[in-house]
Amino acid sequence: MLDNNIQFSPEALNLVNKYIAKFPEGKQKSAVIAVLHLAQAELGGWLKPEIMDYVASLLNIKPIEVYEVATFYSQYYMKPVGKYVIEVCHTGPCWLRGADELIAYFENKLGIKKGQTTPDGMFTLKGVECLAACGTAPVFQCGMDYYENMDNEKVDFFLDKCRQENKVSRPYPVMN
Amino acid sequence: MGIKILTKDIDVPGIQNFQVYRSYGGYNSVEKALRMTPDEVVEEVKKSGLRGRGGAGFPTGMKWSFIDKKSGKPRHLVCNADESEPGTFKDRYLMSKNPHILIEGMITSSFALGANLSYIYVRGELMYVVNILQRAIDEAYANGFLGKNILGSGYDLELHVTCGAGAYICGEETALIESLEGKRGNPRIKPPFPAISGVWSNPTVVNNVESIAAVPYIVNNGGEEYAKIGIGKSTGTKLISASGHINKPGVYEIEMGVTVEEFIYSEEYCGGIWKGRKLKAVVAGGSSVPILPANLILKLANGEPRLMSYESLSDGGFATGTMLGSGGFIVFDETASIVHNLWNFERFYHHESCGQCSPCREGTGWVEKILHKFLDGHATMEDIDLVADVAKKIEGNTICPLGDAAAWPVASAIKHFRPEFEWYVTNPEEACKPGAYYTGDKLVLA
Ligand SMILES: Cc1cc2nc3c(=O)[nH]c(=O)nc-3n(C[C@H](O)[C@H](O)[C@H](O)COP(=O)(O)O)c2cc1C
Ligand code: SF4
Ligand code: FES
Repeated sequence: MLDNNIQFSPEALNLVNKYIAKFPEGKQKSAVIAVLHLAQAELGGWLKPEIMDYVASLLNIKPIEVYEVATFYSQYYMKPVGKYVIEVCHTGPCWLRGADELIAYFENKLGIKKGQTTPDGMFTLKGVECLAACGTAPVFQCGMDYYENMDNEKVDFFLDKCRQENKVSRPYPVMN
Repeated sequence: MGIKILTKDIDVPGIQNFQVYRSYGGYNSVEKALRMTPDEVVEEVKKSGLRGRGGAGFPTGMKWSFIDKKSGKPRHLVCNADESEPGTFKDRYLMSKNPHILIEGMITSSFALGANLSYIYVRGELMYVVNILQRAIDEAYANGFLGKNILGSGYDLELHVTCGAGAYICGEETALIESLEGKRGNPRIKPPFPAISGVWSNPTVVNNVESIAAVPYIVNNGGEEYAKIGIGKSTGTKLISASGHINKPGVYEIEMGVTVEEFIYSEEYCGGIWKGRKLKAVVAGGSSVPILPANLILKLANGEPRLMSYESLSDGGFATGTMLGSGGFIVFDETASIVHNLWNFERFYHHESCGQCSPCREGTGWVEKILHKFLDGHATMEDIDLVADVAKKIEGNTICPLGDAAAWPVASAIKHFRPEFEWYVTNPEEACKPGAYYTGDKLVLA
């Protein structure tokens, strides 16, 4: 069902058109991956069904085509998550250089376990697979940014910065 | 210092900007290629002996010559910048520091293939790299190197960067094509191969970032010059992503043929094992390739030093060899648990299986579960053979090679490190203690 309260800003709609323009006419479905990223960034941080329906309507494809994609890829959130999703790499090379300890430090600081969200809705802690940054392990990603060669002090600094900034942080393709 | 091709100018301040890149000879290969015929460019790449840097090592020029030109359908070049193989981070390094080398390679290569619409597909986690590439593409358009009638040659090329959203399997070329079409990343059954039917059923070539970035040098200097670098059929240079228990993790551009020993211990590269420890094992080409103990990674069966090349790393087959793969070089010191690492890798494959084939979807789950019994101290001796057997039943029985990629690490870890698995069974209390590590007498260290 379309929910009229769900609407991209004019700037975001402009971006959607740019994503679509990357593909030949009639192939606008290809833009769905980028548009879903943008939807998470603009429309509350996760993909509730009404948002996916809205994306389907923008791309003129069936809602099921959007659900199929949204549920396949790990960067899309199908449930509410924190404003900041801290995605700590827990794959082999990072594990060799302290990923478990990094995760434990986050768990301790935030009072939650991997996979959980803080009660104030600020942070979700997630374990993710190799981020292509194994040479600067341990690492995590949040929003657009990579945080590499992490230690406890840098984590403290990062968390303080987020609390000050206090807004939904999700990656999406920026185009001029 | 060996020759540098891909990283020669990578630390030049401002090299991300078109003008700076251009002042270092950037985009010369486009000018040169446009004065050649597309087939002549393909011919130079064939002569260079360049082999695909994405993992499989298939000759790039040969792959290009398979593209269907007869059907008259539009052709596409798609750059595989999905880089998700654990241990691999070279493409990210190259694209984020010197994006124009990839854009230049895309233009020259697209011209060779007769493609007028090409894409760079970047994993969704690397969104900041998507944005860096977008800026570089915009600059190339603004300077007449992309768009209609490039440099007045009559050749048109539209180039776009697109993104994924978190899925290792989208690095497999047909899954990548599905994803580019806006679908789930389910690999396709081959044939037809992408060269016949790829993106939107059009003839398509998929190449890794590093393969495409090598093309400008080949066009500028000629395929024969490139082929003089390296050793045997491993021509040119290779970016190695070095991680794990070494003093200097990072991306190193090596001339193929450097010895593994020099790569690990010299100051120019990894700088030796950290904390003054000993080398226990190496995964030389990304998580999917067989793990080798110290003695086998350093020396061939005949006692000669093993080299960093396709042939030398695979010398001995799966009995005593491994593969160059994507060049994800993961080093384990004497305290590392091979069993724990294997469980970690298998959790990865289970998580990343797209689920289309039962052997892969179910098998990776069972492998992960059985391996976890070792870490919990509940494994039996039979579990060692059981886990090997499950892995063997995945291998060769699936649509795409992810199944094999999940199986090989299991077979090699058990083959080379069985006593360590047995130790987890016979001494679980000791083995499962935090900080404990195996020191059995069959362990080979270097
Ligand atoms: C499971 C799986 C993951 C892969 N991931 C990547 C990847 O991240 N990057 C890449 O270039 N190739 C990857 N490949 C290899 C591609 O399928 C393909 O062979 C490669 O992109 C071809 O480019 P090349 O010939 O230049 O190496 C992967 C293959 C499999 C089976
Ligand atoms: S082998 Fe695994 S990843 Fe590949 S198609 Fe089959 S289920 Fe999917
Ligand atoms: S293993 Fe963590 S970034 Fe590769």
